[in-house]
Amino acid sequence: MSTSQLPEVKSTEPNEQGYRSYSLGEFTFRRDEHFAHIDWPTGRHVMAVEPFLKALMRDIAWNFFYGTVNFDSVIGTVNHYGDVDLFAGRFNEDYRKAEIDHLENFPHDEIKATFEAMLGDWVNESFDPFAAPQETGSAYGDKSGNNMAAVTRTRVTAKRMIGMPDDELLRSDESGYTVNRMFADVDQSEPEVKVEPGYEKEVSAFSLFKYLSRSDVTWNPSVVSVCKDSLYCPTTEEFILPIIHGNDRVEWFIQLSDEIIWEVADRETGRPRANVVMKAGDCAAMPADIRHQGFSPKRSMLLVWENNSAALPGMIARGETPNVPVEF
Amino acid sequence: MTEYKTVFGSLTNYEKGGVEAINDSPQNYVFSNLFEVASRAKPWEKVAVAKNMEYVIEAIRAEGVSPWRIAAHDEFALVMDGQVTIDLLDPDSVTANPTSTGSVAVDGEPSGRKMGQIVAKRGHMSLLPANRCYRMSARDASVVLLQTILGPDTLQRWPDICQRH
Ligand SMILES: [Fe+2]
Repeated sequence: MSTSQLPEVKSTEPNEQGYRSYSLGEFTFRRDEHFAHIDWPTGRHVMAVEPFLKALMRDIAWNFFYGTVNFDSVIGTVNHYGDVDLFAGRFNEDYRKAEIDHLENFPHDEIKATFEAMLGDWVNESFDPFAAPQETGSAYGDKSGNNMAAVTRTRVTAKRMIGMPDDELLRSDESGYTVNRMFADVDQSEPEVKVEPGYEKEVSAFSLFKYLSRSDVTWNPSVVSVCKDSLYCPTTEEFILPIIHGNDRVEWFIQLSDEIIWEVADRETGRPRANVVMKAGDCAAMPADIRHQGFSPKRSMLLVWENNSAALPGMIARGETPNVPVEF
Repeated sequence: MTEYKTVFGSLTNYEKGGVEAINDSPQNYVFSNLFEVASRAKPWEKVAVAKNMEYVIEAIRAEGVSPWRIAAHDEFALVMDGQVTIDLLDPDSVTANPTSTGSVAVDGEPSGRKMGQIVAKRGHMSLLPANRCYRMSARDASVVLLQTILGPDTLQRWPDICQRH
């Protein structure tokens, strides 16, 4: 795409606190010292700006992810893989009943450009939306500088496997990825790999646990191995998943270390369905008709496993495949 | 200041969480623990602990020496407990049916060129490249988590391994 075709970002001049306001269709977004204010023709919503920016960061970094990214019980996006719904109250039973919910569809590039501009403007120098609470400065206050390095991190997406020739790099002190304070006891040894000449591109192994112990971000699933459409997307988790993920397909969790508690609710209404407690070695599916949010008391390693098949959401929507992965 | 201890599971020491249903059936979450599954399995049994359409993740109890195997697509072996040695071979004549999924056992000792050897411990992930033969061995009972596709030797024991209520 040439520069002249870049989608237009509609924004105002900076307000008293130094922040620009943005609009997308009939939605407007503005921030002050403490809050993000979202307005639409039939309603309004306010969120503390820290959780708002942490949610916005994930939505952008994951390219609107699979299905619904709820920023909270009111605001969010639905990915249609080419275009994206921005909604208020669409997945909130009471907003629906009161008919104050609102949804607009935007071309992927347009909403992405606006969200990126907003994140760039609203994140101050000392704040890292990907960091655990004790590893970042404050998101609040008047505008002071920016943190473009943090908000434009590229998501790791291995083509075959991390550490292979021509693929994503391993993490080390030298490359700037030090061991996280909560993973100081994680073994840092790499596997012993003996390769016969000529097989350098096929004989490969790496320490995934070492790799994860050096992640500088939380709640950011990144692809480490690829078996056709089967993607291993492990991530390190601490504190609360900044979004409530609404599935459009089955997703799996394998808890690699420590513990996460998941709150699971109905995707459409938000009514509670279950709590799922996962400890090291536990495996659990998230059905295709739920939303979920995780709570990780200590930084933990979670293997998120995705099926990237583009056919899945349609098959589920048409009832061709069940909401659960296995019936027994 | 808190001294953090990272908790991993093992065949002999794991704690299981579970589904606390509010308005749902626990079965919908297909909840199991891979160490429990491996602790109850025979060596080299490939027990699915996760499935998404044709794709599976298998928990394998690695103990002794496995038969040689081959698959038409890449697979990835993550050691979750113990230590596993993986030998890789570029076979002379053994081939995987290109449309097949999962791995199949190869009879006896296939001839071919040695490609290399990996010694992997807990947390180490190895590529098992498509159309190559591999063999695993483990002196002590270990656990491998395998990223693969449903194949003829995948065992689905969902009613036995999953939380039902
Ligand atoms: Fe999710």
